[in-house]
This record gives sequence, C-alpha cells and structure tokens, in this order.
Amino acid sequence: MNAENVTEKTIVSDINRSVYDVRNEDKDAYRFAAGLTEEIVLQLSKEKNDPEWMRDFRLKSLEIYNKTDMVEWGPPIDGLDMEHIVTYVRPKDNKMSATWDEVPAEIKNTFDRLGIPQAERESLAGVGAQYDSELVYHNVKKEVAEQGVVYSDLESALHGPYEEMIRQHFMKLVPPTDHKFAALHGAVWSGGSFVYVPAGVSVEIPLQSYFRLNAPGAGQFEHTLIIVEEGAYLHFIEGCSAPKYNVANLHAGCVELFVGKNAVMRYSTIENWSKNMYNLNTKRAIVAEGGKVEWISGSFGSHVSYLYPMSILNGRGAKAEFTGVTFASEGQDLDTGCKMVHNAPDTSSYINTRSISKADGINTFRSSVVISRNAAGSKSSASCESLILDDEARSDTIPAMDIKCDEVDVGHEAKIGRISDEAIFYLMSRGLSEQEARALIVSGFADNVSKELPLEYAVEMNNLIRLEMVGSIG
Amino acid sequence: MSEKIIEIENLYVDVEEKNILQGVNLVAGKGETHVLMGPNGAGKSTLGNVLMGSPFYTVTSGKILYKGEDIVESPVHERAQKGMFLSFQNPVEVGGISLSNFIRSAVAARTGERVRLWDFKKQLAAAMELLSMDPTYADRDLNVGFSGGEKKKAEILQLLMLKPDFAILDEPDSGLDVDAVRTVSKGIREYQNLHKEGTMLIITHSTKILEALHVDRVHVLVDGRIRESGDASLIEEINQNGYERFLK
Repeated sequence: MNAENVTEKTIVSDINRSVYDVRNEDKDAYRFAAGLTEEIVLQLSKEKNDPEWMRDFRLKSLEIYNKTDMVEWGPPIDGLDMEHIVTYVRPKDNKMSATWDEVPAEIKNTFDRLGIPQAERESLAGVGAQYDSELVYHNVKKEVAEQGVVYSDLESALHGPYEEMIRQHFMKLVPPTDHKFAALHGAVWSGGSFVYVPAGVSVEIPLQSYFRLNAPGAGQFEHTLIIVEEGAYLHFIEGCSAPKYNVANLHAGCVELFVGKNAVMRYSTIENWSKNMYNLNTKRAIVAEGGKVEWISGSFGSHVSYLYPMSILNGRGAKAEFTGVTFASEGQDLDTGCKMVHNAPDTSSYINTRSISKADGINTFRSSVVISRNAAGSKSSASCESLILDDEARSDTIPAMDIKCDEVDVGHEAKIGRISDEAIFYLMSRGLSEQEARALIVSGFADNVSKELPLEYAVEMNNLIRLEMVGSIG
Repeated sequence: MSEKIIEIENLYVDVEEKNILQGVNLVAGKGETHVLMGPNGAGKSTLGNVLMGSPFYTVTSGKILYKGEDIVESPVHERAQKGMFLSFQNPVEVGGISLSNFIRSAVAARTGERVRLWDFKKQLAAAMELLSMDPTYADRDLNVGFSGGEKKKAEILQLLMLKPDFAILDEPDSGLDVDAVRTVSKGIREYQNLHKEGTMLIITHSTKILEALHVDRVHVLVDGRIRESGDASLIEEINQNGYERFLK
C-alpha cells in the first residue's frame, strides 16, 4: 500500500481505521523520521519567501520535531498517519486538491441545515474562494488601520515593517520544544493572522478570522500572533460554526497572545472541525501588570482534540478568565481544559466550563492552576459542570493544582448531571417536542459561552447544539 | 351540559406499582370551571398530572377523552398543542432561557405560527402588570431563583399568554401569602374573561382562592375516587366542616 492510496481514502471516508491499522505493521523509527524532510521544509520556506531567520527557525523546529517523542497524556491519536506526515503538510504533492463532490455528505447536510449559501459552503469546505468575505475582510482591515491597528495574514506581515516585532514574538510563548506538534508547527506553519493594537487603542468591532479562512494553506498549521499594547482593547473571534472541512485531517495550529499592561484581550473561538479531524492546537497568552485575557471557547467538532489554552499572569494584578463549552458526540474524544499560571502577586484566574457528552462521546476536562512563590495575594476559582445525555457518554474532570505560596485563595467545584425527566415534562407540557425540550435545556446549559458571544455567533452556536441534539432520543 | 371538553371514564392510575386513582369519572364542558378538592394524599395532583401525560404515572385502565378523542397514548407536547395546559405545583427551573423567550416559544408551539415580537412583548407586559410581576422577570432565566410566589405567578402568566382550551391548575395557591393568593385569583379571573370557552380544573385543598371565582362544579376526591360532586355550595360546606363527612 502506498501513500496515495491512504490519502485518497482520507478524502472520501471520515475515519477508516482499517487503512491505518494495516499501515501500523511496518511502523519504525526510520520511516517515521523520513516522513518530513529538510528538503520539504526548505521548499515550503522558499515558496513562502521566508526571511532567512524564519527559514532557520523552521529547520531548527524540524530538528526538534524529529527528536521529540509523541505526546502521550491524552486520547489515542494513532489514527494519524505519522509515517507520512508529509501528506498532511503538503497535501497538494499528493494530488489532494478537493472538489465539492468529495466533501462528505454529512458536512454538506450540516451546511444545508445551517442555511449557509452554496458559494460560502464551497469555500468553507476548502474547495472554493469566498469573495464576499474577502471584501468584508478588506473593509474591516481598512477601518481598523485608521486607528493604527495592523490586521493581516502573518506571511505578508513578515515582509513589512513589523518583521522585527514578529521575530521577537513568534513562538516565544509556545516554543517548538513544547511538544512534538509545536515543533511540527514551527517547521511547517502556514497562514494565520497577525494583529497589532497600539497602546491606548480600543478596537470597537471584533476582528474575525472567519473572513480570512480561505487564505491559501490557512486552517491547518495556521499561526495567530496578537500583540495588544498597554491600555488597549481587542476582541478577536476565530472560526465559525460551519463545519470546517479539511482533506487532511490534522490541525496543529498555534495562537500566541501578548497582552500589555492594563490591556484587555478577548479571544473567542467557535470550533466545529469535521469529525475526522485530529485537532492538536496550542494556545497561550501572557498578561502584563493589570492586564486581562478572556478566553471564550466553544468546541464542537473534531474526532480527537487536545486543547488547553494557557494564561501566564506575569504582572501584578493580571487576570485571566476561561469560559468554555465542549460538546462530545458520537465518535468524539475531546481532551480539553486550560492552564492558569500565576507568576506575580495579586493575580486572579477564573475558570467556568460546561461539557456535554452524548452517545459514545468522551469529554475530559483538565484544569491546571500553578501559583508560584512570588504570587502572594492571588486567587483562582474554577467551576466545571458536565451534562451527560445518555448511559454511553463519558465525562471526566481532572483538576490539578500546584501551589507554592501560602497567601492565596484557590477553589475548585465540579458538578455532573443529567437532564431531569421533570424538566422535560415541564417543557413538553408547553408544547415543545421532547427533542426541542432537550435542545433547549442543552443550549441553556451552554449559555455561559453563548451569552458572551456576539449575537450572530450565539445564534449559530445554538443552531449547532440543535443539530447535535437531533436524533439524541433513544 | 354544553359541549364536552374532557371526559374521564373509570380511570385507574399507578405510580411505582402503587394504585393511586381507583376509577375516577369526571366530565367537564366548554367554558366551565371545575374544582377538585380533597384531603392530602387523595390523588388530586396525580389526576392533574395524568391528564397532561406525566411520564411518572401509568394509566392501567380507563379513558381520557379530550374533545372527544382518547389521549391516553398521546405525547405530552401534542396534548399541549391541542390546547391542554397544566400549571405546575412545583415548576422546574431551567437555566439559559429567559421567561419571555420561553413563553414565546410555547406560544409558537401552541399556535404553529411565528409570534410577532412587538405584539408579544406588549401582551406579556400587560399580563405581568396584572399579576404584579416585576417586569425584569421577563428577562430572567425560567424560574431560576424565583421565590415560590413568583413561580406560581409565572405559571398563571403562561396561562394568560397561552390561553389554553383546557387548563389544569395544580394547587396554584399552595404556599402563597394572602396578597399573592389574591393576585393569582385575579389572574385566573382574567383567563375566564379572556377565554370564555376555556375550561378549567382547579386543584386545591384550600378554599381561599375560590372566593372571588365563578365555579360551576366541585368534585371531592378521597382515596383515589370521587366521593361527591356538586355545585359551588360544596365549597362552603367543606370550608365549614372539612372533609370528615367524606372520609368514612
């Protein structure tokens, strides 16, 4: 069996384990290393017209990638064909150019139900260009530029006046040595956003990466680098509720947020990767004195996710909030959570998450709170609630705390529940069908996130929940 | 009697294998207000819940005809869509949906039509004022953190907004202070005015709430059977002598 067969299989079928199982037979270190070569990385770098330092950075990352062991803490990712990692990195080399016909029916149906127009569907599925959105993107870009804000794709920014700034920040929060997929990202990253908000500027409209989802190569190893200077404000929204389909089923993106003194950065994500996706994403923020980062996160898609946004509170009084919802349905194993690092006095963190598990879906929530010796007067509280929709579903909460300082206030609260029959009866007695009643309860449960989102996103998220709930009655 | 809305024929009901209702017969016509009274544990709430289709009870024999059609096997929401309503003794708290949005979805489910926001808001505000409800409750999560009295009023609010053809009120007055009882009673009168053809079955074991209401029939339920039915004068008799006469 050769690589082409495998990739073609990946295009048409969602998860065909038999293909990968066969391949495991001749898995060995040599072939593993052979997957991604210096030559391939150099070619990618050349095509991107990287500055010299970036080319060197990619090569160094590749070296680290080849030396680093696979991640081992979370759900199995052996469905990833690591021996032929190059097929994920350079899908075009393997004739993986997709057409609308090859997009799985499940995804097409979801587009239908979400009422997304044909042109947009094709672009969201990665097989067409989204002209309207490009236009919106350019308009937004112009509007914020008048405030001195930079909003562009990372590649173009590398060839402009911000190159030096990018150089000083790029993968400094998430170094390639962090884990194997961070190293992979460093070697082959492509696409993504660069946002710079100068001191004192408050960006009134949320910037949305949705509008530039279709930049060539974006969406798989994309890098988001955001720098918000002292006293500034930014809300950045990543993704959208439409299922994001990629012919290659690995997503190893990276998000780095630098939040300046007294600045506030809100980073919202609604993620609905197609259900064949391995979503191994790394997100991290560092917050200076008096600043604040707010993560709003809704995770619905992917086959397997590893996602734990980290906030490093690095100056006195810095704050972080993480508000999240994960919905694990049939065939999904979502390992999510967040990490709060208190590295200065009087810092505070707040975690508020809800997880919904259905069919054989698995939700694992890991929170990690680290309070260093110099963080006296810090506070951290966490509230994690899980809703289990049937007997097959699973949900685990794994809180970890590493507290090296006495004068702190740390709390963690976890709850797990089911939808009560009383509630269903009550809602049905007002004319809602059982399915509608369940969807309403689940949407209500997820309102910690939906009430924080701009209206159109909240509506989309509730639609998504409704879709996920279809057929959930035994 | 006018056109029959509800006909209960020899109804037997179990909860967890225990026999609660033992052959209940009751008929109510269009536009009539019936009262179901009886001591604690007689099975009054069971009857109310069974009529609405509660999953916690099992009908072992008998019939429930609603507008001439046997509904024993009908799903709860279909009963509601056909115009039945139950005001709950202990309404459930549902987070993440506002009282106002919930009632709007319920009206849409009942009528099968989209509800115009402007008209709806006007009607809702008027009904809330009639029930002396703080208008901010419209935007609060459904029943979440409501006091007992606020929950009861929210049930009557739904009665006024949904205008059902057959409304079962399960102890709309329990746990309420004098003023709240008066307000709930006023709400029920308003429903009688708004929907002259609406039929009601009010379940209660106190008579306070009935004082200012027009009542057509009174039924006394004891140990799962209706011991006596009569006109409104039965209320006064129970008020003076209690249920002793029916307990033998």
